[in-house]
Amino acid sequence: MTLDVVIKHPLGRISLDVSFSADAGLTAIVGPSGAGKTSVLDAMAGILRPAEARIICAGRVLDDSARGVSVPAHQRRIGYVRQEPLLFPHLTVRQNLLYGHWFTPSSERRIREQDVVTLLDLDMLLSRRSGRLSGGERQRVALGRALLTSPQLLLLDEPLASVDAGRKHDILPYLDRLRAELRIPVLYVTHLFNEIADRAGLAIVMDEGAIVAQGPPERVRGDLERTLGLPGN
Amino acid sequence: MTIDDAAIVRLSLWVALWATVATLPLAVAVAALLSRTQFWGKSVVNGVVHLPLVLPPVVTGYLLLRLFGRHGAIGGVLEQWFGIVFAFRWTGAALAAGVMGFPLMVSAIRVALDGVDHRLEESARTLGANRLWAFLTVSLPLVVPGVASGMVLAFAKALGEFGATITFVSNIPGETQTLALSIYTLTQTPGGDEHALRLVLLSVALSFAALIASELLARRARRADRR
Repeated sequence: MTLDVVIKHPLGRISLDVSFSADAGLTAIVGPSGAGKTSVLDAMAGILRPAEARIICAGRVLDDSARGVSVPAHQRRIGYVRQEPLLFPHLTVRQNLLYGHWFTPSSERRIREQDVVTLLDLDMLLSRRSGRLSGGERQRVALGRALLTSPQLLLLDEPLASVDAGRKHDILPYLDRLRAELRIPVLYVTHLFNEIADRAGLAIVMDEGAIVAQGPPERVRGDLERTLGLPGN
Repeated sequence: MTIDDAAIVRLSLWVALWATVATLPLAVAVAALLSRTQFWGKSVVNGVVHLPLVLPPVVTGYLLLRLFGRHGAIGGVLEQWFGIVFAFRWTGAALAAGVMGFPLMVSAIRVALDGVDHRLEESARTLGANRLWAFLTVSLPLVVPGVASGMVLAFAKALGEFGATITFVSNIPGETQTLALSIYTLTQTPGGDEHALRLVLLSVALSFAALIASELLARRARRADRR
């Protein structure tokens, strides 16, 4: 499964102009705040309609502005976990988890509710409203909710920002399993390069709306430190 | 309360109920349109929706007569094709009351929708819900208190509607003579003051009951939110 992305879009004082290809593995997008990382994910999820785009996921054209193609967000089969979990406050945790599951045709459901509940340790939370959860709990529910749509591509925007260190060590191996068993490509936005460097097959460094470096994490680590002054480890 | 009074109250409640329930779907749609979308002419749509609030009710009634009367642009078509008649019928009184209460309902729902994070709907869309489902399953349940509040306001407005109703569908006992119109008629009738006072007290009691119902609904919604 491959991913080809070209996005050009004006973003206030900067212009988003990115182009990259990724395989079924985990791709890390790293860069300072305001670099346009989240906008890339928004465009891929179909929430932001770019001025110019060509996005192909596993051979399926999601966006092709030249041909006027833009698949609506609800038909993209892309799981998107934002930095702010945005759970539905009127629903219980279980109803939140199953929200996307209901819209997924049963023939395409590859991930079971119980597996996600067990893995993310959500058993005790199922009947609670999202307003009564801690930041980490909300993020785990958001991750589980996205996984239960059995997505063809998973977009994670700082998904572990409010998850405690112990839970991170539980969740990250599950991402490995997702990639290994289900071959779900993952685009992982983070400012903590080290959090994901060992797992990423490709690292993309963004600044001011553009890609300033991309390649294997070890090579990019130096670019991060040299060009942006960000810690590479 | 006499049998006649009961009939007047029943007709008034019936007209107000229809005015409120029949306009609710359109009010939700217009509120969603104004709250969630940007389009050319939005200010004009907003102005038209709120026009009944600022126009003299007689003018609204006259416009309704021209549009929905038997020979009106819309009324003629509705009668010919669907057999629906508004002129001099309780349905016309409900239409007039609905039009007058519509801006209040739209405003209450719109304010409530403006308070809901639109990114929740975006999340719903990435989870597989189309725009309509995302709105119906995420935003709409979150604005139930606003919808209830808008309905109560529109109901109360409909209950007290006078100018547009008398202009559009006249003052026909048993058909279009609601509480407000009955009180007006009695004040114009020699010796009708005592009866008018009785209806005034009934009217106050009904409006008060509507406001208490609104408060109870709001409290219930707040309790549900805290759970």
